[in-house]
This record gives sequence, C-alpha cells and structure tokens, in this order.
Amino acid sequence: MIGTIVFWVAALVAVAAGVEVFRTDSMARASYALAASFVAVGVMLLAFELDYLGVIVILMMVMEMAIMALFMIMLMGMNPALMPMSMVHGKRTATVVAAVVFVGLAAAALLIPWPDRAGAPAADLTRSLGDAVMGSKMLVMLTVSPVLFATIIGALVLGHPRDRYQRYGDDLERDHPDDPIQGGVGR
Amino acid sequence: MPEVTTLQPWWAALAPVTLLTLAAAGAAMAGAQTARRRGDGPLVAATTPLTETWRLLRQRRRVPVAADRVLWHVAVGGLPVVAVLMAVVVPLGSVVLVDSPVGVVWFNAMDVMLWALWWLAGWGPNSTHSLVAGHRFLGLALAYELPLMFALTSPAIAAHSLRLADVASAQQGLWFAVWMPVAFGVYLLSAVAFSSWGPFAVAAHSDLAGGVLAETSGVDRWLVLAGRHLVLAAAALVAVPLFLGGGAGPVLGPVAWTLVKALVVLAVLELSAGRAPMIRPERFAEVGWMVLLPATVLQMLVAAGGAS
Repeated sequence: MIGTIVFWVAALVAVAAGVEVFRTDSMARASYALAASFVAVGVMLLAFELDYLGVIVILMMVMEMAIMALFMIMLMGMNPALMPMSMVHGKRTATVVAAVVFVGLAAAALLIPWPDRAGAPAADLTRSLGDAVMGSKMLVMLTVSPVLFATIIGALVLGHPRDRYQRYGDDLERDHPDDPIQGGVGR
Repeated sequence: MPEVTTLQPWWAALAPVTLLTLAAAGAAMAGAQTARRRGDGPLVAATTPLTETWRLLRQRRRVPVAADRVLWHVAVGGLPVVAVLMAVVVPLGSVVLVDSPVGVVWFNAMDVMLWALWWLAGWGPNSTHSLVAGHRFLGLALAYELPLMFALTSPAIAAHSLRLADVASAQQGLWFAVWMPVAFGVYLLSAVAFSSWGPFAVAAHSDLAGGVLAETSGVDRWLVLAGRHLVLAAAALVAVPLFLGGGAGPVLGPVAWTLVKALVVLAVLELSAGRAPMIRPERFAEVGWMVLLPATVLQMLVAAGGAS
C-alpha cells in the first residue's frame, strides 16, 4: 500500500519536474528540475526494493546536474545564462517528435502482451548486480570503461587552453611547469 | 548478520532532536574555541550558539533584488534535511531507524546532495560573492569526493557488506580506524570539506564577504549555520559504525558508546576551525588527485588483503 503511494507520488513528481525543465526560463532551475526528476526516478527504484540502484541513481544524477548546471550557465546563454531565457528551440519539430515517441512508447507498454514473470528476484539484489557486472558482463565493462575514460582524457586534452609546451617550454626544458596557479603538491 | 531492530516510524520524530542536540554540543565547542581566542569569558563561550539562535530567529529576513527564492529555499532548508537523512541509517546500539542494506552508499549519496545545496545557496541570492563561493565549493568537491568514495569503500570491502550494522560488527577484533588510518583520515578531511567548515570553509569564508552567507539573514542564516553543524554531527555519527567499532566498548552500553565516540569525532571536526588558513580549492585539487586518491586506492588494497 505505502509502496504503491510512494511509486505514484514519485512518478508524478518525475513527470512534473521533467515538464518544468522546458517551461522554466532559468538554466539553474532547468538543471535542478532535471535533477529532481531523476531523484524521483531513484525513489521509484527504491520503492521496487532495488536499494543499490536507487541510491546510486540519486547519487550520480545529483552530482552530474550540479556540474552540468555550471556548463549550462557558462555555455548555453547569450550573456552566460544569468538572465531569463527560453529553454526550447525548434518548437514545432520537437513537439511532433516528442508526441510521436510518447504515443509509440505508451502504446507499446500497453498493447504488447508481456509474458508472465518466470523467475523470482534474487535474495540479495545488490550482490547479484555485482556478480553480473563483475562476472558475465565483465567484457562489456572492460570495453566501455576504457572508451569512456579515453573520451574524457581526449576531451580534456583538446579543450584545455594550455598545452605542455606552454607549461614546460618549447623544448619541454623546464623542470617545473609554468602555471598561473601553482599546484598543491609543490611541483 | 548482527541483529538490529528497525524502530517504528514515529521514532523518526526524535531523530532531528537528537541530531540537533549533538550539533548544539559541537557548535558550543566551536563557539568556546572562538570565544577563548577573543578573550571572552566561559559563560559567553558556552552560550554563543543559543544567543546567536535567539538573535537570528528574531531578525527580519532580507532578500536581494531578483533572488531565485525557490532554489535559495531549497538550499538553506535542504542542509538540515540532508544532515538528518545522513544520520538515520546509523545503528544506535541494537536499534536503527532505517536498516538500509546499502547504508554506506546512502551516506555517500547524501554527501553528494551537499554539492547541489552549497551551489544553490550560492546561486539563490543573486549576489556575486555568493555565486563565486558556490562555484568554488564545487571545485573543492571535485578534489575531495573521489578520495572520499574510495575511503568509504575500504570498510565496506573489509566487512563484505554495505550495511552499517555489518560494518560495525566486522570490527570485533580491531577498529578499522586503526588499520585503515588513510581511509579514516580522508573521511575526516572530507567531512570538514563537505560541511564547508574550518580550513575547507570555501563556501562560507570571510575572504568572500561570507560567501553564501553574504546575503543570508534571519532564519535563513540560522538554517545555514546550524545546517553546517548538523552535517558535521551526522558525519561524526556515521564515522562510529564505519571506523570506530560501532557501539562496542566496556561498562557503558552501546548507545552511550556510540554517542561518546561521535562526540569525540565531532570535537576533532569542530576544532579544526581556526587552526589553519583556508585551503584554496585550485591548489587542493592537485593534492586530492595526486596524493589522496592513490593513497586511498592503496588503502583499499590493504583492506581487501586484510579481509580475505
């Protein structure tokens, strides 16, 4: 009973916060409305007794939106998004695409004759998740993680305004990098 | 699996009161330290948190032009809420409010909430100093969060469980604080950092006219100031099952031992204020990533070796 109420309240909050992302006129509010929507999804997972997944969704999404808000304000606005601005563009196309996708997914969810549940959930879902990630899905993890990591490093190298020649000199001859702000470990 | 009984939901009403009492003790310690430096008498020192509370609760709230009130209220009201949520998974003796099977991750998720709250507290008032302080906190967060995550992983690995009661009872022989000193040290340091306190008070420091406190007044200001002590108190409580053997100890009961240990940790956290200059996030980033992160990973290997 309480589980059902929690699920429906969280579901409504998730959708309402998701709508607010596009209705608001502030990048900060849009980012944190999205965070609130994801937190509600995390709560729904908790209501399904998926403890680890629910908590990790909340953790990751709040962290991500806290950082994303900075980038949104920095890059998305005319005058770094400190003034009110619209969150939508290409309105007509977006509305049509959104409506078609929603109707399609909703129709699929309602019309597909879903099979009855065959097995039972594992006693310790966190452990079985860990077993899957570190066991049968290890190959996927081993492939995806280096690619993601390389993407981050690549983006940083490309995006960083100072390269190693500026830090260490044209022939990389300096012992200590010439940085505007010295690092904390005294290099 | 150790036996802990989950309390009936209405006991939850006591959680904020208990945490507030602990936080008041912490605030009194910090107040006493400040008062002693200023040369005020012991009576002034002990009553500073109370007189400040009385003063701020009567003060009229002042709101700057074009403040984002919604997000600002979320931030100042969220601090005490997150502190209480952080503390409810801590077992007190044989009882616990929320017996979460992933208590360690829950604590981690709540400390990440503080990323959002400190930044929102900076964004809300539409003030330059506050906004800079909020941004600066996120810079610090990027430096301490990953070492903290690995520091939290070590006890969980050694105990083979993410449940705080299991972690506490896995320390029958030796406290994790003793053979995981790096993890414990990083935990304490991060607790000071995510509470924006002492040498890590980047979100609310006088060098930026008070940072997120620059425009807060009245009850808002009280919520931020008290919220900071509440978060410190919650972090001190969580440290007890995580590193200090939970309620284990001679003569006194487990509840008393949990509170005594939490008070000692809280004293360490609170009295870190005023002992070092503020650590600049841009310089601490290198320390976090080059020193603390490898150190905590090694600590994790030691924990894994000791556990198997």
